[in-house]
Amino acid sequence: MDKKEFIARRVAKELKDGDVVNLGIGLPTMVANHVPEGINVYFQSENGFIGLGPAPEEGNEDPYIVNAGAQCVTILPGGAFFDSSTSFGIIRGGHVDITVLGALQVDEKGNLANWMIPGKMVPGMGGAMDLVTGAKKVIVAMEHTVKGNHKILKECNLPLTAAGEVNLIITEMGVIEVTDKGLVLKEINPEYTIEEVQAATEAELIIDENLKKMEI
Amino acid sequence: MNKIVSIEEAISHIKDGMTIMIGGFLGCGSPHRLIDALVEKGVKDLTLICNDSGFPEIGSGKLVVNRQIKKLIASHIGTNRETGNQMNAGEMEVVLVPQGTLAEQVRAGGSGLGGFLTPTGVGTVVEEGKEKIEIDGKTYLLELPLRADVALIAGHTVDKFGNIVYHGATRNFNNLMATAADLVIVEAEEIVEVGAIDPNHVVTPGIFVDYIVGGGK
Repeated sequence: MDKKEFIARRVAKELKDGDVVNLGIGLPTMVANHVPEGINVYFQSENGFIGLGPAPEEGNEDPYIVNAGAQCVTILPGGAFFDSSTSFGIIRGGHVDITVLGALQVDEKGNLANWMIPGKMVPGMGGAMDLVTGAKKVIVAMEHTVKGNHKILKECNLPLTAAGEVNLIITEMGVIEVTDKGLVLKEINPEYTIEEVQAATEAELIIDENLKKMEI
Repeated sequence: MNKIVSIEEAISHIKDGMTIMIGGFLGCGSPHRLIDALVEKGVKDLTLICNDSGFPEIGSGKLVVNRQIKKLIASHIGTNRETGNQMNAGEMEVVLVPQGTLAEQVRAGGSGLGGFLTPTGVGTVVEEGKEKIEIDGKTYLLELPLRADVALIAGHTVDKFGNIVYHGATRNFNNLMATAADLVIVEAEEIVEVGAIDPNHVVTPGIFVDYIVGGGK
């Protein structure tokens, strides 16, 4: 299975019935395809609605119903549209249970950097700073390394999106929880050894006493 | 009081050096005909407040490509390469603002508030130069309101008094910007008689709107 698909499936297991969820662009968006059966979640789209549904069938697109990446989507029965102030009131006000985002870097203090590389790439933070600050649970979903380089660091050196807000890091190698003591490896993909996961991680991992096999 | 004017007349109020707001989110809910007319008119040295600089061919991004913007205040510029080019070349000043903060700055500007406190941006470069205030042990940044000379917004169904009903995800910043500029121009998809819109469905009350340009239909 594709790494991203695997990560998205594992993230989906974090969803609980009734959760309000905001998914970032890219890999996080794939989580919507794997909501566990019997569970109802409400996807929020920060450009102004809740009840985000799947892409429309060809020919049924409504150009005014798009997600935060400007792709045509649908709104489900029971959904609602609102303006950007209400949208970010929902986000900042703690009404989003889970936000899932990618990262350029994340560190052992739960700091996240995902909005700019000085001198190279400055797309802007969009809604990411508000989401990471306001959501009850922040999940970073990403490939463990980029071109062999560490992304899970002792300390981020790129400009931060938010300080100390990340709760969980889910990669193809495992599931890592951010705690006061540091990063705790809670689950490991059996295709890797603990040594391999540690080698791919700059920050020191604390191995959970009840380390589990990462399952999707 | 007739608020319906031609596009030319509406944008005649926009002069070089003004601060303008433009509604929309990556072009969804942007007043496209007003933007096109502004590109054609060529007013320059504008300060533009909008969620994003759209795409080079869609939305407020066209004004960037046409080099009419001196300063841009937005949350996201990643979909318009020209914005980054002009920023890196020092040809346009860009102030990046978290989206929720931007929305609330506009809302504050339109609703008589002197500012607001947000936790967003604490511990990041966004906090630089801003006052930090602690309330009940939590740190907030003091963010100040934003206003503009002119707001260009888009509505779906607009009555002749300016009451606006939106469609889909087009409310975004339109409903906020309608309150926060000295002059507000709405581009209507469809203009209807006063009374044709159920007051229960009005999102932006007509008192905020100065001019209406229409109407696709």
